[in-house]
Amino acid sequence: MPHEIQSDLPAELSADESALLAQMPELNGVGKSRRSFMMQTGGGGIGLFAANLLATESALAQLPPVPGAASAPVVAQNVVKVSFLVNGAAQTLDIDSRVVLLDALREGLALTGSKKGCDQGQCGACTVLVDGQRVLSCLTLAATLQGREVTTIEGLATGDQLHPMQAAFIKHDGFQCGYCTSGQICSAVGMLGEARRGQVSHVTENVGKTTTRLTDDEIKERMSGNICRCGAYPGIVSAIQEVHSGRQAAQTWGFATETQLATAIKEDGHATV
Amino acid sequence: MRPFEYVRAADAASATAAMSAMPQAKYLAGGSNLLDLMKEDIERPMRLVDITRLPLREIQRTRSGLSIGALATNTETANHPLIRENYPLLTQAIVAGASGQLRNMATNGGNLLQRTRCNYFYDTSMPCNKREAGSGCGAREGLNRISAIMGWSEACVATYPGDMATALYALDAKVRVRAPDGRERLIAITDFHRLPGDTPQRDNNLEHGDLIVAIELPVPAGDFARNSHYLKVRDRASYAFAMVSVAAALDMDGSRIRQARVVLGSVAHKPWRSAEAEALLVGQRADEATFKRAGEAALRDARPLAHNAYKVELGRRSVARALMRAARLA
Repeated sequence: MPHEIQSDLPAELSADESALLAQMPELNGVGKSRRSFMMQTGGGGIGLFAANLLATESALAQLPPVPGAASAPVVAQNVVKVSFLVNGAAQTLDIDSRVVLLDALREGLALTGSKKGCDQGQCGACTVLVDGQRVLSCLTLAATLQGREVTTIEGLATGDQLHPMQAAFIKHDGFQCGYCTSGQICSAVGMLGEARRGQVSHVTENVGKTTTRLTDDEIKERMSGNICRCGAYPGIVSAIQEVHSGRQAAQTWGFATETQLATAIKEDGHATV
Repeated sequence: MRPFEYVRAADAASATAAMSAMPQAKYLAGGSNLLDLMKEDIERPMRLVDITRLPLREIQRTRSGLSIGALATNTETANHPLIRENYPLLTQAIVAGASGQLRNMATNGGNLLQRTRCNYFYDTSMPCNKREAGSGCGAREGLNRISAIMGWSEACVATYPGDMATALYALDAKVRVRAPDGRERLIAITDFHRLPGDTPQRDNNLEHGDLIVAIELPVPAGDFARNSHYLKVRDRASYAFAMVSVAAALDMDGSRIRQARVVLGSVAHKPWRSAEAEALLVGQRADEATFKRAGEAALRDARPLAHNAYKVELGRRSVARALMRAARLA
């Protein structure tokens, strides 16, 4: 479930943090959310890191903008108020007009499931659903989303019950490092909706004819906007095919039992197998 | 990204007014090309006029054919029953481009305005007359494998990369534009984009503040729908820009060709309709030898650069192949 953003400061601030925050009353908006988020999730060990980050942000905010600088100063400019639904919850953000949905989700709402890969619409890692359509959150200005409904990877499961696509990705080993996975899954969910509505693709033989059944080639073409550097494509295709067709394929892997592990360690002579 | 003012337009009149008031303003629709270029510091608008709430999404029959709203997405357009049935070439061209996510975002109007993918245009450390008039052309003597082979000038060898517009050239489309004074005009698609000449910074013939409201397709001048094909050749099978693409359509009388449409994409600063190839095909029998001659004719005026001579032969073969597919001989 997504983290709640607390508007009040959590109670257990360290002495350093309390001192820092007292010196920086200008920290609000994104900075405050980030700070609350870090306090909430990090536990004791992250205090220094959080403090360093806050100091950096604060310092950046004080710097005058360099003429012609490609990177933007932290101070919000041209602030736009935008209210929209994220995973069913109403959110209102006051954001710099430059903020794209991906950064609003990750930095503003602490929904870090959507990933920043290329940040220019070439990799698909940031794919989310807007009004049910899969789109790239890195190229969507958050300001344009007034009244829209956004679903991210965090919003697909129902409580502890995984979305069928999430479960299928695990069953079919549809990932290795996992960085592209939330984008892959959101894209796959959107793509199956497109197929149900009879949409055609580049490999559809006759675009005049409507078919809602997808071959593996159709799935590959329709998912070509999601790049996986680990090359987990066969697992991704079979996961999507299982959800699409409803035909249950056998799981080809399982967790080792204690006995199997012990035997393997004995044979290999090494604790890591 | 540089700061900009965000304005959400409620209607066409306020949108054009918000544009007219500032020379450095730009319309924002799908944003899939514009946002990328802004992140790269290539586009530097001081104001974005969000037109996504304007009622310009309809795809409907008109007395003269079909009107496609400028803000209908590429996905909506490609999958509309009237387009799949009557203009399948357009459907094929659209789904050959980009990815599912991008087609869900990209609008038809924005697609017409997408900018070149020339590497020198994208690299702000390099000269580019399109990005910065007068700075020179890096591609002319540089790495120009993806550059133009037709219609280029010493100032610019960039290509227009779009698939949709290439099909629209074959379909005799017109672009309906609303000027800031409220008057609307129709621009033939073949007159919409420009050749680079001495002003490559101008991609098309729109004036500042002009708002594309629709793309209009005439009732086809022949039975092209049954014999059309969009062929796209690229470095990988999907999600890449074309090295060469061909929109081919034939109006057939048995095995004879009554009329033909042949348009090449990614070979010039605008889609390249070949009157020579089309004229050669009229009255001919549809067969491979004829289609090869059409390919020769279409590329006769090609002027390749140091690294893209392959596009000439690829263009010839692609024209022949697309015509074979259109005629259902391959």
